[in-house]
Amino acid sequence: MATSTASVVFPDRESPNLITICAKEVKYEFLKCLRFPMYSVSTLVLPLMFYVLFGLLMGRQAVGQIATSLYMITSYGTFGVMGASLFGTAANLATERGLGWLQVKRASPMPVFAYFLAKVVLSLIFSVIDVVLLLCLGVIFGGVHLVPGMAAKLVGTLVVGALPFCAMGLAIGYFATPNSAPAVINLFYLPMSFLSGLWIPFMFLPKFVQQIGVFLPSYHLSQLALSLVDAGRRGAATGHWQSLVGFALICLGVAWAGHQRDQKANG
Amino acid sequence: MTLAVRSSNARQSSIVTAAKSAVLCRAVSKHYGPVQALANFNLEVSPGKLVAVLGPNGAGKTTAIKLLLGLVRPSSGTVSVFGGDPSSRATHTRVGAMLQVGRVPETLEVSEHIDLFSSYYPHPLPLAKTLAIAGLESLGHRRFGVLSSGQKQRVLFALAICGDPDLLFLDEPTVGLDVEARHQLWQEIRQLLGRGKTILLTTHYLEEADALADRIVVLNHGTVIAEGTPSEIKARSAGKKIRCLTSLSSEVVETLPGVLNVHEDRGKFAIHCSEAEPVLRQLLARDLEISGIEVISAGLEDAFLALTRERTGDSEAVGKRQSLSTQHRNRFGAIRAGRA
Repeated sequence: MATSTASVVFPDRESPNLITICAKEVKYEFLKCLRFPMYSVSTLVLPLMFYVLFGLLMGRQAVGQIATSLYMITSYGTFGVMGASLFGTAANLATERGLGWLQVKRASPMPVFAYFLAKVVLSLIFSVIDVVLLLCLGVIFGGVHLVPGMAAKLVGTLVVGALPFCAMGLAIGYFATPNSAPAVINLFYLPMSFLSGLWIPFMFLPKFVQQIGVFLPSYHLSQLALSLVDAGRRGAATGHWQSLVGFALICLGVAWAGHQRDQKANG
Repeated sequence: MTLAVRSSNARQSSIVTAAKSAVLCRAVSKHYGPVQALANFNLEVSPGKLVAVLGPNGAGKTTAIKLLLGLVRPSSGTVSVFGGDPSSRATHTRVGAMLQVGRVPETLEVSEHIDLFSSYYPHPLPLAKTLAIAGLESLGHRRFGVLSSGQKQRVLFALAICGDPDLLFLDEPTVGLDVEARHQLWQEIRQLLGRGKTILLTTHYLEEADALADRIVVLNHGTVIAEGTPSEIKARSAGKKIRCLTSLSSEVVETLPGVLNVHEDRGKFAIHCSEAEPVLRQLLARDLEISGIEVISAGLEDAFLALTRERTGDSEAVGKRQSLSTQHRNRFGAIRAGRA
């Protein structure tokens, strides 16, 4: 009924294809970030560099039952997808919200969800690149042996696990200003990484640090990745996933509150 | 289900009113907390016309545009675009907007920005045509970040027109442009009018409103203080301006009959008066050395200053408002001086 009315009133005004819009939005979001060194270098080069320094050059000794080079793929993989997600969403959103670009987009006929979808998909693309490059380095230079199925599972886990950090990024992006966003992100990102054992293996961290670490989403994601290569601590995968989903929901709630705050400011 | 019914009703009502007006604001007020941005604002733009909303900074011009784009909601009153909800996507596909923006993503190329915005519209212009209309032919592959400020403004203009919309909102489109670039953009705006587009433009350049608009709405402190064709607005000041070099003091000149006000700068006088001839007779009689006499019709600027001054007179009792308006006038004066 409604569609027939629409076709009568706007015979030549059919809506443009949503898939085309989303594809273009993602494509240009990707190009925009790839060409922006502050994003592309810090999210791609930093985890790889850390991996080379600590995972490959520090020797072939083992962490627990597995080689450092394999262990560090999971921890720097987690570090990498967190960075790609937090910076991909929060930094962009804070800047574009604060300096009027989001408003220009909202004044256009762009469906608003396409805007957010592009930010999340971009973060996931960079996450995949991050983990795949780490795996390549590990296999070529670190003597890591992983069957393709397992490697794919590792990439999949880390990339799906990046979603809660996209939600966290949106929450930060709604409350940070363009100038404060990178600092605020690092204020969460770096301590979280350390406390979750992404730089120094969790088992080597002091007891009280471990007691804090188990509450962090980054800890749960890194444990999920580690359990794939049989190096996880005790605790079922379901528990880790539940923690991540819970964390994502909290972040989405905060992002929603931020969105409402913006709406209210505009009456 | 309810939604579907509501939207089809909205569409039906849009058929009824579409022919009448492209833009309609009825008794619109808008507060941001305690700050009143617009008070009892009425505006109507007929299809194919250009209406200029003219006013100093902080007059409420941008708020009016945001209301018409559905970016903010009115505190009271009704706003409609093509008879429909200004925030709906159906309305947005017929509308293009050039807003003031702090930062545009700088690492995308001009043609990439246009390609993306074109994809939002059902019948966009071909890329080459958008580039040509906005005068960006040779800049398609330049990244936004390396462009000059004038070129950046033209890209924002291109994003507003790329969907070939029926209605354009241009929020201070020529701010920060040099004279040549400004005239070029005016030319492009006239071409769009020639193609039947409806345009609502805000500006604090009085010359711009005079050059482009079918109708001018003068806005100050969120209230419409005058409305009419450019010549009607000018007629409201109904005066002449005499420029001359004289040795008389400004105190003496001010007391001459028919003189409204006098600006003096090192012996050069600008005398605003209701009629030129009696004042000229007095001047010639009193100063035999008087030279460099010019008589001109008071322009839109003088009309505007006169109008905003009238308004300020009304609200003299309200101290805070008075000081605000003085601020606005000063800012406006600065702009004026800058252009002189």
